[in-house]
Amino acid sequence: MRSARTINFILAAGLLFLYVPTLVVIVTSFNDSRLAGVWTGFSVRWYGELMSDRQFLGAAANSLIIAAGAATLATALGTCAGLVLARVNRFRLRTALLGLLTIPLVLPEIVTGLSLLLLFVAVEQTFGWPSGRGLGTVMVAHATLAMTYVTYAVQARAVGTARQYEEAAADLGAPPLNVLTAVTLPMLLPAIGAGWLLAFVMSLDDLVIASFTSGPQSTTLPMAVFSSVRLGVSPKVNALATLLVVLSAACLALAAWLQTRRGGKLIPT
Amino acid sequence: MTPLESPGLQRAAVGLPFLWLLVFAFLPLLLIVKISFSQMQLGVPPYTPLLGVNADGETAWQGGTANYAFIASDSLYAKAYLNSVRIAAITTLLALLIAFPMAYAIVRAPRRWQTSLLILVLLPFWTSFLIRVYAWVGLLRPNGLINSTLEALGVIDEPLKLLNTEFAVFLGMVFCYLPYMLLPLYARLEKLDVRLTEAALDLGASPTQAFWRITVPLSWPGIVAGCLLVFVPAVGEFVIPELLSGADVLMIGKVMWSEFFTNRDWPLSAAVATVLLLVLAVPVVVFQNRSSRSAA
Repeated sequence: MRSARTINFILAAGLLFLYVPTLVVIVTSFNDSRLAGVWTGFSVRWYGELMSDRQFLGAAANSLIIAAGAATLATALGTCAGLVLARVNRFRLRTALLGLLTIPLVLPEIVTGLSLLLLFVAVEQTFGWPSGRGLGTVMVAHATLAMTYVTYAVQARAVGTARQYEEAAADLGAPPLNVLTAVTLPMLLPAIGAGWLLAFVMSLDDLVIASFTSGPQSTTLPMAVFSSVRLGVSPKVNALATLLVVLSAACLALAAWLQTRRGGKLIPT
Repeated sequence: MTPLESPGLQRAAVGLPFLWLLVFAFLPLLLIVKISFSQMQLGVPPYTPLLGVNADGETAWQGGTANYAFIASDSLYAKAYLNSVRIAAITTLLALLIAFPMAYAIVRAPRRWQTSLLILVLLPFWTSFLIRVYAWVGLLRPNGLINSTLEALGVIDEPLKLLNTEFAVFLGMVFCYLPYMLLPLYARLEKLDVRLTEAALDLGASPTQAFWRITVPLSWPGIVAGCLLVFVPAVGEFVIPELLSGADVLMIGKVMWSEFFTNRDWPLSAAVATVLLLVLAVPVVVFQNRSSRSAA
């Protein structure tokens, strides 16, 4: 089969295309030389310099706080939406909810960023709160963006999970809230965990929306990377990029494992 | 009664995410449109109210379409919109041409490899967009890896200009948006019944005919979804043209960014964004209609 060989070749070439540039950054980050094209030996000196850079460390702390908060918010909201979409076929706001969920997914980030900033400013003008922008506003913006992904992860899992256990618990006299906390949520825990990790990575990664919604004291890691990249490629940024890629890849591998074990689906189909 | 059959819990499970999205996803879009009719002013907030008090002490409508008139009068904006649409369209086409055979190969791969291959494709979708664009800066710049390798091999005498070109933008765009195309294509092709293609071949269709008349029509919804997922964000893309194209490639995302962050003109940025939303609404409406018709 010649055509089968051709498409397998394209798949391999496509995967190389997706991975080689990032791998080059990772390898370069261990190069002792300041120049990218010259390999002068293995070294972790750029990681050492990174660890003593207060600006990067502050940005990293901001990013981690925002990502953890945004992921938790997104998980709470997305679990509600995913559950209800999977378990209730007809409810009044179903179409509206599905439509609203796709807004953050399809809008260009730059429009989402500006629109949320205008909202925060308008709310501040009207209610005097939040005063200025900071970690909290970025958290809310990222949670809005990420809850769609949590919703899809929970929905995909809940569709495939049998209802009999919940029905059995209800028949034996457990009130709905107890069934929810003792049966439904524990069964969905892998998908909820996967959704949290996806949201965490998404928030850690975002530049555009954070640039619009953050304040002067809440520079995030991607914002710090972006401003130093504009000044040129530096070995320190290579080291930082490597750390970020490794952290996201680890979160994602964990999410994929949580989502696919015991026959779960990676993507809703 | 299971949890979601209980009216109270169901109401909470629908209401919380619904209200959240209404306030943080839908309302902000209305605000963009509203503020696009204001004017820039010094102060907090940096835009004029739509209803203000005039010289006679009366409350009066102060909004206007000056921002839109400005966008229409300065050819920079029209050029930026058209160029963004052109670059996004070419990116979408290139991504489709690369992603279709990739998705097809994954579907045809042995069952036990499929999940691993899918994870391999999805991983870059989630790992640091910014870092993946930055990776290309390191490869493409004059003393970057590609140029220094070519020079060391004696292929070129002086560095090629790779960075700050339109070529670099296409490379970065296809690279970053490829997984968005792959996912819906894969989801669709996975459900496609191979026996239909086999039947076409048995009945005398050539492989080319079977591909165009069976595989493509049946995967059409996946193609449409993938194209929209690439095209819509690509039109408004900022990071890729900012880092890879320099000043000569004009895109609306860059124009809007500098309108906002450099000129601090919020109402004009909002007007640019509103026009962008209108531009994007056209392909979405057209394709949604076509796919719902072909589904009927």
